[in-house]
Amino acid sequence: MHKHEDCRKLLDSLSGYHDGEIPQELCDEIEQHMKDCDNCRIVVDTLGKTISLYQTTSEEITVPDDVRQRLFHRLDLDEFLNL
Amino acid sequence: MIKDQDQKIVSLDALREGDRPEFAKLVEEYSPMIYRLGLKMLNNPQDAEDILQETFIKAYKHIGKFDGRSSISTWLYRIATNEALMSLRKKRPDMISFDVPSINESEPQEPMQIVDWCCLPEEEFLSSEGRLRLDEAAERLPESLRIVFVLRDIEGLSTRETADVLDISEMAVKTRLSRARLRLREDLSTYFGKLVEKG
Repeated sequence: MHKHEDCRKLLDSLSGYHDGEIPQELCDEIEQHMKDCDNCRIVVDTLGKTISLYQTTSEEITVPDDVRQRLFHRLDLDEFLNL
Repeated sequence: MIKDQDQKIVSLDALREGDRPEFAKLVEEYSPMIYRLGLKMLNNPQDAEDILQETFIKAYKHIGKFDGRSSISTWLYRIATNEALMSLRKKRPDMISFDVPSINESEPQEPMQIVDWCCLPEEEFLSSEGRLRLDEAAERLPESLRIVFVLRDIEGLSTRETADVLDISEMAVKTRLSRARLRLREDLSTYFGKLVEKG
């Protein structure tokens, strides 16, 4: 796939394509290209999955209670801990 | 994805006057995003806690100088980012400057791993091994790419906001984000692709 000009173009625009930040014309061109190029479709799909995996696992992160307590203590805000 | 917070959550005037309850509200509201940034940048809970504390100590000290031109979350992200990068530099004094992309970072990358692993069951991705691979892949990114990925894709900042936090151009944000995403995809494809091949 690497020598193919359309594949190269897709690669350059891939991130913008994922974010919906490229012109509609280029977007249509990429979608048309992916119909005929399995490798590019795989790269687009796995890139999207990569981003969504990081987002899903990061949403679960919260500040642990003991970390929150030490933070409030360090900032001399203990009296507001239970508000 | 965590969107930028509403500036009205806390009163800037009250903060500038040193209002303690208002500062406690600020800490409560914004500590999750700062802790998450620290964890994703340093991949170590103790370091993330240090960044969390230092960020709010600096915020309290300098709130009087905050001019309100950016949102308060952008301002806090800026402080936290500087803390995270300083911490990384202390750990790795040979680290390449954040402002200058390394040669490898600016080189175009071409996908080498072409395996469709999207079809794997969700539990494979979210297993402890899967999560470990995600963290390791992020840790392998150069810091200048990792911070852009964290701010844009994990914290949900816009390109403009990310550029503001890092004091780089929007074009640099876009380029670094693209490099970061492609590297992560490549790295994860090595692991998840093998799972697909194993069947």
